[in-house]
Amino acid sequence: MIEAHHLTKTFKDKKRGLIRAVEDVSFTCQPGQIYGLLGANGAGKTTTLRMLATLLQPTSGTAKLAGHDVATEADQVRANVGFLAASTALYGRLTAREMIRYFGQLNGLSDEAIRARIKLLADELDMHEFLDRRCEKFSTGMKQKTSIARTLIHDPAVMIFDEPTLGLDVMTARAIVKFVRECRNRGKTVIYSTHIMSEVEKLCDVVGIIHDGRLVAEGTLAGLRARYGEQDLEEVFVKAVGGEAALAAAAKN
Amino acid sequence: MNWKNIVTVYLKELKDSLRDRRTLISIIVIPTFVMPALFFGVGKIAAGVVNKAREEIPSVMVLGGEDSPAVVAELGAAKKFKVVATAPDWKQQISDKKVRAAIQLPPGFEAGLKVGEAGPVILYNYEGELKSGFAVNELERFFRELRDRTVTARLAERSLPATLVRPFEFKRENVAPPEKVGGNLLGGIVPYLIIILCFTGAMYPAMDLTAGEKERGTMETLLCSPVPRVDLVLGKFLMVLTGSLSAMLLSLASMGISAVVAGMVFAGGPGAAKAAGQAQGGAGLIPIIDPMGLLGVVAMVLPVAVLFSAVIFTVALFAKSYKEAQSYVGPMIFIVIMPAVVGMLPGIDLNLRLALVPILNLSLVCKEMLSGVWHWNYIALIFGSSCLYAAVALGLAVKMFNREDVMFRA
Repeated sequence: MIEAHHLTKTFKDKKRGLIRAVEDVSFTCQPGQIYGLLGANGAGKTTTLRMLATLLQPTSGTAKLAGHDVATEADQVRANVGFLAASTALYGRLTAREMIRYFGQLNGLSDEAIRARIKLLADELDMHEFLDRRCEKFSTGMKQKTSIARTLIHDPAVMIFDEPTLGLDVMTARAIVKFVRECRNRGKTVIYSTHIMSEVEKLCDVVGIIHDGRLVAEGTLAGLRARYGEQDLEEVFVKAVGGEAALAAAAKN
Repeated sequence: MNWKNIVTVYLKELKDSLRDRRTLISIIVIPTFVMPALFFGVGKIAAGVVNKAREEIPSVMVLGGEDSPAVVAELGAAKKFKVVATAPDWKQQISDKKVRAAIQLPPGFEAGLKVGEAGPVILYNYEGELKSGFAVNELERFFRELRDRTVTARLAERSLPATLVRPFEFKRENVAPPEKVGGNLLGGIVPYLIIILCFTGAMYPAMDLTAGEKERGTMETLLCSPVPRVDLVLGKFLMVLTGSLSAMLLSLASMGISAVVAGMVFAGGPGAAKAAGQAQGGAGLIPIIDPMGLLGVVAMVLPVAVLFSAVIFTVALFAKSYKEAQSYVGPMIFIVIMPAVVGMLPGIDLNLRLALVPILNLSLVCKEMLSGVWHWNYIALIFGSSCLYAAVALGLAVKMFNREDVMFRA
C-alpha cells in the first residue's frame, strides 16, 4: 500500500529562486490496484515518484510504502519497492544475469534464491537467449526485459513505474503494459506515471491528475469523465488542469 | 555499515572496471608499460643528447689577442675546441648557435703574463645552452692549465718548489653504503612518481564510478537498492583505491624489473650492473635502494592514496557527466604536483610545520627514508595526519553521496 500525505518538495535555483516542484500531494493506492499519475512534462510526476522511492527527501509531508515511512525507514522502503523509470539504466559492461544477480545480492537474497528467481524471471520474460550477453549490446526490448527482471528480483510488494514506455517501440511498450497489468494481478501495489492517455485508459484503476506540482483531480476513469462531462480522457485532462492556457503557462515555466 | 554489502559493491565495481578499456589503460597499461618506457626512454634520449653534445668540437672566436700571438696560436692548436675567424657580429653568432663561445683577451696579455700584471680574460657564453656550456668549460680548463703552467714556471725561475702554492692534496672517498647513495639519488624522484601514479590511478575509476554512472543512468538504478548509502560509497571508494594502489605498485614493480633487464642488456648481467652501481657509489646503471626504505614509502603512501581517492571521488561526484568530471579533476593534478616538486628540491628539510602539509610531508619523509634516515616522531606525525586528512575526505565523500542536490543535480 502507498499512502502519501501532503507531500511537498521545493528546490532552490540560483536564477528562479525557490521552486515548488510538488505541493501538498496526497493520495492512497491499495494492493492489487494501479494508480495512474497523469501529468504533462515538468508537472511533478517524477519528483513525486522519486520521493516515494526515497531517492529524494520530501521538504514536508509524509509517505508510507508497505507500512514503512520514506523519511525514517528509507532502507526498508527500498527493500519493498521496485522502481522502473526511463532514467534507470543497466550496467552496460555486465551481462543480464550479472546485473540481476547484483541487485539480488544488494537486496540481501541468498545465492540459491537468486538463482531460482533468475530462472523464474527468465522463463516468464523469455530472457534465456540473451541472459549471458553484455547489456551494452542489447536491443531496447532486451534492455527493458532486463530492467523488469532487475526490479522484480526481490519480489517487491510495491511497484513504481515512471514513464516506463518513454521512447520505446510499440511492441516493447505493449510488453511493458502487459507486465504492469500482471503486477496488479499478483496483488502488488502499482503506481504508474505517464502522459500517454491510452496507457491510462488501458491500465489505471484510479487516476490522479497532477499539474504544476499539485494534484488537481483524482478518481476512477468513469468518475472523472462524469465530473468533467467529457468522454475523451485528453479533454478531461485539459479541463482538470484549467484549460489549454494553464497548460501552456506551465510549460513556459 | 555492512561489510557484506560493501564487498558486493566492490566486487561488482572491480569486475565492471576490469571490463572498461579506459580504466584498464590508466591503472594497468600506463603504469606497467608506458611509465617505465618513458622513464628509461627519456633517460636514454637525454643521455644520448648530452653525449652527442660532448662529442661535438665547439667553434669559438678569439677577440683581441693581436699582441699575444703565442696564446692565440696555442688556442688554435687546442683539440677540444676549434678557433674560427673573428667576426664583428660574434654575439649574434653565439645567440644563433653558430659559434658556442668567445674569448676576450685583454690588451698586452702575453706581456702582462711575463711581469705578472695580465688583465682578466673574459669568456662569453650563452647561459643555459648545453653546448655553449661545454665550450666554456673547455675554455676554462685551457686557461686554468695556462695559469698553472705560468705559476709553475715562475716558481721554477725562483727555484721554489711547487708545494709552495699547493702544500697538500685532498680527495674524497664515499663511506655510505650503496643503497644509501641510491636512496639519496632517487629519494626525490621516487616519491614524486609514486604521488603522481597514485593520483592518476584513482582518476579514471573515480570519474567512471560517479559522474560516469550518473551520465549512463545507472546511479539512479543503484540508489533504488536498499543498501545504505555509506555502504555504496565505501564499496565504490575501495575500487578507486584499488586503482590508485595498483597503478603505483605495478609501476614500481615494472620499473624495478626494467632496471634489472636494462642492467643485463647494457652491463652484461645483473651482477655486473650491480657491481657497476656499487663502484659508482650506487650511482651506476641500477642505483641500489634500501628495501626497508621502499617498504616504508609504500606504507606511508597508503593514507595518501586514500586521501586522493576520496577527494577525487568527491569532486567527480559533483559532475553530471564524465566530460565535466574530467574538467574538474584534470587541473587537480597541478595541485598535487606542486608540493611533490617542492619536496624534490634540495635544501628543503622536514620540520614540524612541513610535516603537517599534505603531499609535501610525504615527499620529504620518503626522501629521508630512502636515504636511510628514520625520524620516527615525524613518521608517526605524518602517518597520523595523513590518516586524519584521509578520514575527513572519506567522510566528505559519504556526505556528498547523501546530498540529493549533488546526486540529482539538474
